[in-house]
Amino acid sequence: MPEELKLHISKRFNRDLATLVSQLLQMGGTVELQLKSALDGLLNGEVGLVQQAKELEEKVDQFDLILGEACAQMLVLRQPAASDLRMTLAINKCVSDLERMGDEAHKIARVALPLMEDGQSLTGFVEVRHIGQHVMQMLHDVLHAFSRQDISLALHVKSRDEQVDIEYRSAMRTLMTFMMEEPQTISRIMNVIWVLRSLERIGDHACNIAEQIVYMVQGRDIRHASKEEVAKLLNQLNLSEP
Amino acid sequence: MLMMNIKQPSQGAENVKLKTENLGFFYGKYQALHDINLELSENRVTAFIGASGCGKSTLLRTFNRIYNLYSEQRPEGKILLDGQDILAKKQDIYQLRAKIGMVFQKPTPFPMSIFDNVAYGVRLYEKLPRGKLEVRVEEALQKAALWDEVKDKLKHPGTALSGGQQQRLCIARALAVEPEVLLLDEPTSALDPISTARIEELIDELKERLTILIVTHNMQQAARISDATVFMHQGRVIEKAPTDQLFTNPQHKQTEDYITGRYG
Repeated sequence: MPEELKLHISKRFNRDLATLVSQLLQMGGTVELQLKSALDGLLNGEVGLVQQAKELEEKVDQFDLILGEACAQMLVLRQPAASDLRMTLAINKCVSDLERMGDEAHKIARVALPLMEDGQSLTGFVEVRHIGQHVMQMLHDVLHAFSRQDISLALHVKSRDEQVDIEYRSAMRTLMTFMMEEPQTISRIMNVIWVLRSLERIGDHACNIAEQIVYMVQGRDIRHASKEEVAKLLNQLNLSEP
Repeated sequence: MLMMNIKQPSQGAENVKLKTENLGFFYGKYQALHDINLELSENRVTAFIGASGCGKSTLLRTFNRIYNLYSEQRPEGKILLDGQDILAKKQDIYQLRAKIGMVFQKPTPFPMSIFDNVAYGVRLYEKLPRGKLEVRVEEALQKAALWDEVKDKLKHPGTALSGGQQQRLCIARALAVEPEVLLLDEPTSALDPISTARIEELIDELKERLTILIVTHNMQQAARISDATVFMHQGRVIEKAPTDQLFTNPQHKQTEDYITGRYG
Protein backbone atom coordinates (compact mmCIF):
# COMPACT_ATOMS: atom_id res chain seq x y z
CA MET A 1 0.00 0.00 0.00
CA PRO A 2 1.59 3.34 -1.03
CA GLU A 3 2.53 5.48 1.99
CA GLU A 4 0.97 8.53 0.31
CA LEU A 5 -2.47 7.06 0.90
CA LYS A 6 -2.02 7.23 4.65
CA LEU A 7 -1.17 10.92 4.95
CA HIS A 8 -4.53 12.66 4.63
CA ILE A 9 -5.73 14.76 7.52
CA SER A 10 -9.01 12.83 7.26
CA LYS A 11 -8.38 9.25 8.43
CA ARG A 12 -11.65 8.20 6.87
CA PHE A 13 -10.33 9.43 3.50
CA ASN A 14 -7.17 7.35 4.04
CA ARG A 15 -9.32 4.31 4.80
CA ASP A 16 -11.63 4.83 1.83
CA LEU A 17 -8.77 5.15 -0.65
CA ALA A 18 -6.94 2.17 0.82
CA THR A 19 -10.13 0.10 0.59
CA LEU A 20 -10.57 1.11 -3.03
CA VAL A 21 -7.04 -0.03 -3.91
CA SER A 22 -7.34 -3.24 -1.94
CA GLN A 23 -10.67 -4.15 -3.54
CA LEU A 24 -9.28 -3.50 -7.01
CA LEU A 25 -6.39 -5.86 -6.28
CA GLN A 26 -8.81 -8.47 -4.95
CA MET A 27 -10.82 -8.13 -8.14
CA GLY A 28 -7.59 -8.51 -10.14
CA GLY A 29 -6.70 -11.62 -8.15
CA THR A 30 -10.13 -13.09 -8.86
CA VAL A 31 -9.78 -12.47 -12.60
CA GLU A 32 -6.29 -13.99 -12.50
CA LEU A 33 -7.68 -17.12 -10.84
CA GLN A 34 -10.59 -17.22 -13.31
CA LEU A 35 -8.26 -17.06 -16.31
CA LYS A 36 -5.88 -19.63 -14.85
CA SER A 37 -8.75 -22.01 -14.10
CA ALA A 38 -10.19 -21.64 -17.61
CA LEU A 39 -6.82 -22.22 -19.30
CA ASP A 40 -5.63 -25.06 -17.04
CA GLY A 41 -9.05 -26.69 -17.27
CA LEU A 42 -9.01 -26.52 -21.07
CA LEU A 43 -5.39 -27.62 -21.55
CA ASN A 44 -5.42 -30.38 -18.93
CA GLY A 45 -8.97 -31.54 -19.58
CA GLU A 46 -10.18 -30.77 -16.04
CA VAL A 47 -13.90 -29.99 -16.13
CA GLY A 48 -13.92 -28.88 -12.48
CA LEU A 49 -11.51 -26.04 -13.20
CA VAL A 50 -13.49 -24.90 -16.21
CA GLN A 51 -16.63 -24.93 -14.06
CA GLN A 52 -14.82 -22.83 -11.43
CA ALA A 53 -13.86 -20.27 -14.09
CA LYS A 54 -17.51 -19.98 -15.09
CA GLU A 55 -18.64 -19.54 -11.50
CA LEU A 56 -16.07 -16.84 -10.74
CA GLU A 57 -17.73 -14.62 -13.33
CA GLU A 58 -20.42 -13.71 -10.82
CA LYS A 59 -17.84 -12.65 -8.24
CA VAL A 60 -16.02 -10.46 -10.78
CA ASP A 61 -19.32 -8.79 -11.71
CA GLN A 62 -19.99 -8.08 -8.04
CA PHE A 63 -16.59 -6.41 -7.71
CA ASP A 64 -17.42 -4.37 -10.79
CA LEU A 65 -20.60 -3.04 -9.18
CA ILE A 66 -19.05 -2.47 -5.74
CA LEU A 67 -16.00 -0.66 -7.10
CA GLY A 68 -18.02 1.43 -9.57
CA GLU A 69 -20.19 2.60 -6.68
CA ALA A 70 -17.15 3.18 -4.43
CA CYS A 71 -15.47 5.35 -7.11
CA ALA A 72 -18.66 7.40 -7.53
CA GLN A 73 -18.88 7.84 -3.75
CA MET A 74 -15.25 8.90 -3.62
CA LEU A 75 -15.82 11.56 -6.29
CA VAL A 76 -19.02 12.86 -4.70
CA LEU A 77 -18.00 12.82 -1.05
CA ARG A 78 -14.29 13.64 -1.22
CA GLN A 79 -13.89 15.57 -4.47
CA PRO A 80 -10.35 14.20 -4.72
CA ALA A 81 -7.66 16.29 -6.44
CA ALA A 82 -4.26 15.67 -7.99
CA SER A 83 -2.85 12.18 -7.27
CA ASP A 84 -6.02 11.15 -5.38
CA LEU A 85 -8.15 12.18 -8.35
CA ARG A 86 -5.89 10.37 -10.79
CA MET A 87 -5.99 7.26 -8.63
CA THR A 88 -9.79 7.30 -8.42
CA LEU A 89 -10.16 7.83 -12.17
CA ALA A 90 -7.55 5.15 -12.93
CA ILE A 91 -9.24 2.63 -10.62
CA ASN A 92 -12.58 3.34 -12.26
CA LYS A 93 -11.10 2.54 -15.68
CA CYS A 94 -9.10 -0.48 -14.46
CA VAL A 95 -12.31 -1.94 -13.02
CA SER A 96 -13.88 -1.87 -16.50
CA ASP A 97 -10.83 -3.54 -18.01
CA LEU A 98 -10.77 -6.24 -15.33
CA GLU A 99 -14.48 -6.88 -15.78
CA ARG A 100 -13.97 -7.36 -19.52
CA MET A 101 -11.02 -9.66 -18.86
CA GLY A 102 -13.39 -11.65 -16.66
CA ASP A 103 -15.89 -11.79 -19.54
CA GLU A 104 -13.17 -13.09 -21.86
CA ALA A 105 -12.05 -15.72 -19.31
CA HIS A 106 -15.70 -16.77 -19.02
CA LYS A 107 -15.89 -17.07 -22.82
CA ILE A 108 -12.78 -19.30 -22.79
CA ALA A 109 -14.42 -21.51 -20.15
CA ARG A 110 -17.63 -21.69 -22.19
CA VAL A 111 -15.78 -22.74 -25.36
CA ALA A 112 -13.56 -25.14 -23.37
CA LEU A 113 -16.39 -27.56 -22.62
CA PRO A 114 -17.27 -28.45 -26.27
CA LEU A 115 -13.54 -28.54 -27.08
CA MET A 116 -12.96 -31.06 -24.28
CA GLU A 117 -15.98 -33.11 -25.34
CA ASP A 118 -14.61 -33.24 -28.91
CA GLY A 119 -11.87 -35.58 -27.77
CA GLN A 120 -8.30 -36.16 -28.70
CA SER A 121 -7.25 -33.54 -31.29
CA LEU A 122 -4.87 -31.04 -29.76
CA THR A 123 -4.54 -28.78 -32.80
CA GLY A 124 -3.92 -25.18 -31.70
CA PHE A 125 -3.32 -26.11 -28.06
CA VAL A 126 0.39 -25.31 -28.31
CA GLU A 127 -0.50 -21.78 -29.39
CA VAL A 128 -3.15 -21.47 -26.66
CA ARG A 129 -0.68 -22.63 -24.01
CA HIS A 130 2.05 -20.30 -25.24
CA ILE A 131 -0.06 -17.16 -25.66
CA GLY A 132 -2.00 -18.05 -22.51
CA GLN A 133 1.18 -18.13 -20.41
CA HIS A 134 2.27 -14.85 -21.91
CA VAL A 135 -1.04 -13.14 -21.15
CA MET A 136 -1.23 -14.64 -17.64
CA GLN A 137 2.18 -13.15 -16.89
CA MET A 138 1.08 -9.76 -18.25
CA LEU A 139 -1.97 -9.79 -15.98
CA HIS A 140 0.08 -10.85 -12.98
CA ASP A 141 2.72 -8.17 -13.64
CA VAL A 142 0.27 -5.38 -14.26
CA LEU A 143 -1.49 -6.07 -10.96
CA HIS A 144 1.88 -6.13 -9.24
CA ALA A 145 2.80 -2.85 -10.96
CA PHE A 146 -0.46 -1.33 -9.70
CA SER A 147 0.09 -2.37 -6.11
CA ARG A 148 3.67 -1.03 -6.16
CA GLN A 149 2.89 1.96 -8.41
CA ASP A 150 5.75 0.69 -10.53
CA ILE A 151 5.82 2.56 -13.87
CA SER A 152 8.78 0.60 -15.17
CA LEU A 153 6.95 -2.71 -14.80
CA ALA A 154 3.78 -1.17 -16.26
CA LEU A 155 5.70 -0.01 -19.35
CA HIS A 156 7.21 -3.48 -19.71
CA VAL A 157 3.69 -4.93 -19.77
CA LYS A 158 2.63 -2.39 -22.38
CA SER A 159 5.54 -3.29 -24.63
CA ARG A 160 4.85 -7.03 -24.31
CA ASP A 161 1.36 -6.61 -25.75
CA GLU A 162 2.91 -6.15 -29.18
CA GLN A 163 4.55 -9.57 -28.87
CA VAL A 164 1.16 -11.13 -28.02
CA ASP A 165 -0.37 -9.49 -31.10
CA ILE A 166 2.42 -10.89 -33.31
CA GLU A 167 2.03 -14.41 -31.89
CA TYR A 168 -1.76 -14.18 -32.20
CA ARG A 169 -1.54 -13.28 -35.90
CA SER A 170 0.97 -16.05 -36.48
CA ALA A 171 -1.29 -18.60 -34.73
CA MET A 172 -4.25 -17.42 -36.80
CA ARG A 173 -2.32 -18.02 -40.04
CA THR A 174 -1.36 -21.53 -38.93
CA LEU A 175 -4.93 -22.43 -37.94
CA MET A 176 -6.42 -20.96 -41.13
CA THR A 177 -4.06 -23.10 -43.19
CA PHE A 178 -5.06 -26.13 -41.16
CA MET A 179 -8.76 -25.46 -41.71
CA MET A 180 -8.24 -25.14 -45.46
CA GLU A 181 -6.36 -28.41 -45.53
CA GLU A 182 -8.81 -30.29 -43.31
CA PRO A 183 -12.26 -28.71 -43.61
CA GLN A 184 -13.80 -31.29 -41.24
CA THR A 185 -11.89 -29.60 -38.40
CA ILE A 186 -13.38 -26.17 -39.04
CA SER A 187 -15.93 -26.08 -36.20
CA ARG A 188 -13.39 -27.35 -33.67
CA ILE A 189 -10.65 -24.98 -34.78
CA MET A 190 -13.07 -22.06 -34.76
CA ASN A 191 -13.48 -22.71 -31.04
CA VAL A 192 -9.70 -22.64 -30.60
CA ILE A 193 -9.65 -19.34 -32.50
CA TRP A 194 -12.26 -17.91 -30.07
CA VAL A 195 -9.98 -18.86 -27.20
CA LEU A 196 -6.98 -17.19 -28.85
CA ARG A 197 -9.01 -14.11 -29.62
CA SER A 198 -10.10 -13.85 -25.97
CA LEU A 199 -6.48 -14.17 -24.86
CA GLU A 200 -5.41 -11.45 -27.27
CA ARG A 201 -8.10 -9.16 -25.87
CA ILE A 202 -7.07 -9.89 -22.29
CA GLY A 203 -3.57 -8.77 -23.31
CA ASP A 204 -5.07 -5.52 -24.65
CA HIS A 205 -6.89 -4.92 -21.36
CA ALA A 206 -3.68 -5.57 -19.37
CA CYS A 207 -2.06 -2.97 -21.60
CA ASN A 208 -4.87 -0.49 -20.82
CA ILE A 209 -4.31 -1.02 -17.10
CA ALA A 210 -0.58 -0.42 -17.59
CA GLU A 211 -1.41 2.92 -19.26
CA GLN A 212 -3.65 3.85 -16.35
CA ILE A 213 -0.81 3.13 -13.91
CA VAL A 214 1.42 5.60 -15.74
CA TYR A 215 -1.38 8.18 -15.64
CA MET A 216 -2.03 7.52 -11.97
CA VAL A 217 1.61 7.85 -10.91
CA GLN A 218 2.96 10.41 -13.38
CA GLY A 219 -0.11 12.26 -14.62
CA ARG A 220 0.90 11.42 -18.21
CA ASP A 221 -1.60 10.08 -20.70
CA ILE A 222 0.23 7.53 -22.86
CA ARG A 223 -2.86 5.80 -24.25
CA HIS A 224 -2.12 6.94 -27.78
CA ALA A 225 1.62 7.36 -27.44
CA SER A 226 3.87 5.87 -30.11
CA LYS A 227 6.65 3.41 -29.33
CA GLU A 228 9.15 6.26 -29.67
CA GLU A 229 7.25 8.40 -27.17
CA VAL A 230 7.15 5.54 -24.68
CA ALA A 231 10.90 5.02 -25.17
CA LYS A 232 11.43 8.76 -24.56
CA LEU A 233 9.41 8.54 -21.36
CA LEU A 234 11.56 5.64 -20.21
CA ASN A 235 14.66 7.71 -20.92
CA GLN A 236 13.27 10.62 -18.94
CA LEU A 237 12.58 8.28 -16.08
CA ASN A 238 16.12 6.93 -16.37
CA LEU A 239 14.75 3.45 -16.78
CA SER A 240 16.08 0.80 -19.08
CA GLU A 241 14.07 0.18 -22.21
CA PRO A 242 11.87 -2.87 -21.85
CA MET B 1 -18.47 17.42 -32.68
CA LEU B 2 -18.09 16.68 -29.00
CA MET B 3 -20.81 18.23 -26.87
CA MET B 4 -19.42 18.36 -23.38
CA ASN B 5 -20.38 20.62 -20.53
CA ILE B 6 -16.82 21.29 -19.52
CA LYS B 7 -14.72 24.40 -19.35
CA GLN B 8 -13.33 25.20 -22.77
CA PRO B 9 -9.79 26.48 -23.04
CA SER B 10 -9.66 30.24 -23.42
CA GLN B 11 -9.01 31.35 -26.96
CA GLY B 12 -6.54 33.87 -28.25
CA ALA B 13 -3.21 35.25 -27.17
CA GLU B 14 -2.79 36.29 -23.56
CA ASN B 15 -1.76 39.82 -22.68
CA VAL B 16 -0.25 40.46 -19.29
CA LYS B 17 -2.54 42.85 -17.43
CA LEU B 18 -0.90 42.82 -14.01
CA LYS B 19 2.65 41.95 -13.16
CA THR B 20 4.40 41.90 -9.81
CA GLU B 21 8.15 42.23 -9.48
CA ASN B 22 9.83 41.14 -6.24
CA LEU B 23 6.72 42.19 -4.36
CA GLY B 24 6.88 42.03 -0.57
CA PHE B 25 4.49 43.32 2.05
CA PHE B 26 4.90 44.30 5.71
CA TYR B 27 2.44 44.65 8.58
CA GLY B 28 4.74 46.74 10.74
CA LYS B 29 7.83 44.57 11.18
CA TYR B 30 6.08 41.37 10.15
CA GLN B 31 6.70 40.43 6.53
CA ALA B 32 3.55 38.83 5.12
CA LEU B 33 4.61 38.55 1.46
CA HIS B 34 8.00 37.55 0.13
CA ASP B 35 9.36 38.05 -3.34
CA ILE B 36 6.17 37.62 -5.35
CA ASN B 37 6.80 37.51 -9.10
CA LEU B 38 3.63 36.90 -11.06
CA GLU B 39 2.18 37.68 -14.45
CA LEU B 40 -1.62 37.80 -14.56
CA SER B 41 -3.34 37.61 -17.93
CA GLU B 42 -5.95 39.99 -19.27
CA ASN B 43 -9.54 38.72 -19.56
CA ARG B 44 -8.74 35.68 -17.52
CA VAL B 45 -9.79 34.54 -14.07
CA THR B 46 -6.88 33.84 -11.75
CA ALA B 47 -7.65 32.09 -8.46
CA PHE B 48 -5.49 32.34 -5.35
CA ILE B 49 -5.61 29.38 -3.00
CA GLY B 50 -3.75 28.46 0.17
CA ALA B 51 -4.25 27.94 3.88
CA SER B 52 -5.47 30.77 6.12
CA GLY B 53 -2.69 33.27 6.73
CA CYS B 54 -0.72 32.33 3.61
CA GLY B 55 -0.96 35.89 2.27
CA LYS B 56 -3.44 35.49 -0.55
CA SER B 57 -5.84 38.18 0.74
CA THR B 58 -2.89 40.44 1.56
CA LEU B 59 -1.67 40.04 -2.01
CA LEU B 60 -5.13 40.83 -3.40
CA ARG B 61 -5.29 43.97 -1.24
CA THR B 62 -2.00 45.28 -2.58
CA PHE B 63 -3.45 45.43 -6.09
CA ASN B 64 -5.70 48.39 -5.27
CA ARG B 65 -3.60 49.68 -2.37
CA ILE B 66 -6.24 49.29 0.30
CA TYR B 67 -3.34 49.11 2.75
CA ASN B 68 -2.95 52.89 2.31
CA LEU B 69 -5.68 53.21 4.94
CA TYR B 70 -3.23 51.91 7.56
CA SER B 71 0.02 53.75 8.15
CA GLU B 72 2.00 50.77 9.49
CA GLN B 73 1.42 48.67 6.37
CA ARG B 74 3.80 48.97 3.42
CA PRO B 75 4.75 47.10 0.26
CA GLU B 76 8.07 46.79 -1.49
CA GLY B 77 8.82 45.92 -5.10
CA LYS B 78 6.57 46.73 -8.03
CA ILE B 79 3.06 46.06 -9.29
CA LEU B 80 2.68 46.91 -12.95
CA LEU B 81 -0.78 47.56 -14.37
CA ASP B 82 -0.40 47.70 -18.17
CA GLY B 83 3.29 48.39 -17.55
CA GLN B 84 2.75 51.28 -15.10
CA ASP B 85 3.91 50.85 -11.51
CA ILE B 86 0.85 51.40 -9.33
CA LEU B 87 2.93 51.42 -6.15
CA ALA B 88 4.71 54.57 -7.34
CA LYS B 89 4.11 57.66 -5.20
CA LYS B 90 2.72 59.65 -8.12
CA GLN B 91 -0.06 57.07 -8.66
CA ASP B 92 -3.50 58.63 -8.03
CA ILE B 93 -5.17 56.23 -5.60
CA TYR B 94 -8.72 57.15 -6.64
CA GLN B 95 -7.94 56.62 -10.29
CA LEU B 96 -6.38 53.29 -9.37
CA ARG B 97 -9.44 52.12 -7.44
CA ALA B 98 -11.66 53.10 -10.36
CA LYS B 99 -9.55 50.84 -12.56
CA ILE B 100 -9.25 48.04 -10.02
CA GLY B 101 -12.51 47.34 -8.18
CA MET B 102 -12.88 45.09 -5.17
CA VAL B 103 -15.62 42.96 -3.64
CA PHE B 104 -15.26 41.55 -0.15
CA GLN B 105 -16.20 38.34 1.60
CA LYS B 106 -19.20 39.80 3.42
CA PRO B 107 -21.65 41.78 1.30
CA THR B 108 -21.26 45.45 2.21
CA PRO B 109 -24.33 47.33 0.94
CA PHE B 110 -24.40 50.98 2.02
CA PRO B 111 -27.39 52.11 4.09
CA MET B 112 -29.09 53.72 1.10
CA SER B 113 -31.30 52.73 -1.84
CA ILE B 114 -30.31 50.07 -4.38
CA PHE B 115 -29.94 52.80 -7.01
CA ASP B 116 -27.75 54.97 -4.80
CA ASN B 117 -25.60 52.00 -3.83
CA VAL B 118 -24.68 51.47 -7.47
CA ALA B 119 -24.47 55.19 -8.30
CA TYR B 120 -22.29 55.91 -5.28
CA GLY B 121 -18.95 55.13 -6.90
CA VAL B 122 -19.91 56.74 -10.21
CA ARG B 123 -20.74 60.00 -8.41
CA LEU B 124 -17.30 59.97 -6.78
CA TYR B 125 -15.45 59.78 -10.06
CA GLU B 126 -17.71 61.41 -12.65
CA LYS B 127 -20.37 64.10 -12.87
CA LEU B 128 -22.98 62.49 -15.07
CA PRO B 129 -26.38 63.99 -15.90
CA ARG B 130 -29.25 62.08 -14.28
CA GLY B 131 -30.25 60.32 -17.51
CA LYS B 132 -26.75 58.98 -18.18
CA LEU B 133 -26.34 57.99 -14.54
CA GLU B 134 -29.55 55.95 -14.73
CA VAL B 135 -28.26 54.19 -17.84
CA ARG B 136 -24.95 53.45 -16.11
CA VAL B 137 -26.72 52.03 -13.03
CA GLU B 138 -28.99 49.86 -15.17
CA GLU B 139 -26.03 48.55 -17.18
CA ALA B 140 -24.10 47.72 -14.02
CA LEU B 141 -27.07 45.91 -12.52
CA GLN B 142 -27.55 43.97 -15.74
CA LYS B 143 -23.89 43.00 -15.89
CA ALA B 144 -24.17 41.83 -12.29
CA ALA B 145 -27.25 39.74 -13.26
CA LEU B 146 -29.38 41.57 -10.71
CA TRP B 147 -31.44 43.93 -12.88
CA ASP B 148 -34.43 41.65 -13.39
CA GLU B 149 -34.75 41.10 -9.66
CA VAL B 150 -34.53 44.75 -8.58
CA LYS B 151 -35.71 46.88 -11.53
CA ASP B 152 -39.09 47.56 -9.84
CA LYS B 153 -37.63 48.43 -6.46
CA LEU B 154 -34.61 50.59 -7.13
CA LYS B 155 -35.61 52.94 -4.30
CA HIS B 156 -35.77 50.13 -1.75
CA PRO B 157 -32.88 49.91 0.69
CA GLY B 158 -29.97 47.77 -0.49
CA THR B 159 -29.80 46.16 2.93
CA ALA B 160 -33.27 44.63 2.39
CA LEU B 161 -31.96 42.30 -0.34
CA SER B 162 -30.97 38.68 0.31
CA GLY B 163 -27.29 37.83 0.97
CA GLY B 164 -26.70 36.67 -2.61
CA GLN B 165 -28.45 39.73 -4.04
CA GLN B 166 -26.46 42.02 -1.74
CA GLN B 167 -23.22 40.50 -3.01
CA ARG B 168 -24.30 41.00 -6.62
CA LEU B 169 -25.25 44.58 -5.67
CA CYS B 170 -21.69 45.07 -4.44
CA ILE B 171 -20.38 43.64 -7.71
CA ALA B 172 -22.70 46.03 -9.61
CA ARG B 173 -21.32 48.91 -7.54
CA ALA B 174 -17.80 47.90 -8.46
CA LEU B 175 -18.75 47.47 -12.15
CA ALA B 176 -20.53 50.82 -12.40
CA VAL B 177 -17.24 52.73 -12.46
CA GLU B 178 -16.18 50.52 -15.38
CA PRO B 179 -13.04 48.97 -13.91
CA GLU B 180 -10.48 46.95 -15.87
CA VAL B 181 -9.68 44.55 -13.05
CA LEU B 182 -11.99 43.07 -10.43
CA LEU B 183 -10.65 41.72 -7.14
CA LEU B 184 -12.91 39.22 -5.38
CA ASP B 185 -11.98 38.24 -1.83
CA GLU B 186 -13.92 35.07 -1.02
CA PRO B 187 -17.05 36.54 -2.59
CA THR B 188 -19.25 33.50 -2.06
CA SER B 189 -18.10 32.14 1.29
CA ALA B 190 -21.15 33.61 3.04
CA LEU B 191 -23.64 32.58 0.36
CA ASP B 192 -25.92 29.58 -0.21
CA PRO B 193 -25.21 27.22 -3.16
CA ILE B 194 -27.74 28.86 -5.51
CA SER B 195 -26.40 32.38 -4.91
CA THR B 196 -22.89 30.96 -5.26
CA ALA B 197 -23.78 29.41 -8.62
CA ARG B 198 -25.17 32.78 -9.81
CA ILE B 199 -21.98 34.62 -8.84
CA GLU B 200 -19.84 31.94 -10.51
CA GLU B 201 -21.91 32.24 -13.68
CA LEU B 202 -21.50 35.99 -13.48
CA ILE B 203 -17.71 35.71 -13.14
CA ASP B 204 -17.66 33.58 -16.26
CA GLU B 205 -19.52 36.30 -18.20
CA LEU B 206 -17.55 39.20 -16.73
CA LYS B 207 -14.17 37.87 -17.78
CA GLU B 208 -14.95 38.74 -21.38
CA ARG B 209 -14.62 42.40 -20.35
CA LEU B 210 -12.48 42.25 -17.21
CA THR B 211 -9.44 40.68 -15.65
CA ILE B 212 -10.58 38.90 -12.50
CA LEU B 213 -8.55 37.84 -9.48
CA ILE B 214 -10.34 35.74 -6.88
CA VAL B 215 -9.29 34.50 -3.47
CA THR B 216 -11.20 31.42 -2.42
CA HIS B 217 -11.01 28.66 0.16
CA ASN B 218 -13.30 26.54 -1.97
CA MET B 219 -10.95 24.57 -4.20
CA GLN B 220 -13.74 23.14 -6.31
CA GLN B 221 -14.82 26.71 -6.99
CA ALA B 222 -11.29 27.67 -8.00
CA ALA B 223 -11.19 24.62 -10.26
CA ARG B 224 -14.56 25.47 -11.82
CA ILE B 225 -14.19 29.15 -12.57
CA SER B 226 -10.54 30.04 -13.00
CA ASP B 227 -8.18 29.80 -15.96
CA ALA B 228 -5.04 29.92 -13.84
CA THR B 229 -4.50 29.11 -10.18
CA VAL B 230 -1.83 30.39 -7.83
CA PHE B 231 -1.02 28.35 -4.72
CA MET B 232 0.53 30.31 -1.86
CA HIS B 233 2.18 29.14 1.33
CA GLN B 234 3.64 31.28 4.12
CA GLY B 235 3.68 34.45 2.06
CA ARG B 236 5.27 32.93 -1.03
CA VAL B 237 3.97 31.75 -4.37
CA ILE B 238 4.69 28.03 -4.54
CA GLU B 239 3.10 27.30 -7.89
CA LYS B 240 1.16 29.06 -10.63
CA ALA B 241 -0.26 26.91 -13.39
CA PRO B 242 -3.25 26.50 -15.70
CA THR B 243 -6.07 25.46 -13.37
CA ASP B 244 -6.78 22.09 -14.95
CA GLN B 245 -3.11 21.18 -14.65
CA LEU B 246 -2.71 22.41 -11.07
CA PHE B 247 -5.66 20.35 -9.84
CA THR B 248 -4.84 17.14 -11.69
CA ASN B 249 -1.07 17.14 -11.81
CA PRO B 250 0.59 19.77 -9.61
CA GLN B 251 4.36 20.03 -9.95
CA HIS B 252 5.16 20.88 -6.33
CA LYS B 253 4.70 18.56 -3.38
CA GLN B 254 3.39 21.38 -1.18
CA THR B 255 0.64 22.09 -3.71
CA GLU B 256 -0.19 18.38 -3.91
CA ASP B 257 -0.33 18.08 -0.11
CA TYR B 258 -2.59 21.12 0.20
CA ILE B 259 -5.11 20.28 -2.51
CA THR B 260 -5.34 16.63 -1.52
CA GLY B 261 -5.73 17.44 2.18
CA ARG B 262 -2.51 15.80 3.35
CA TYR B 263 -0.28 16.79 6.22
CA GLY B 264 1.97 19.48 4.75
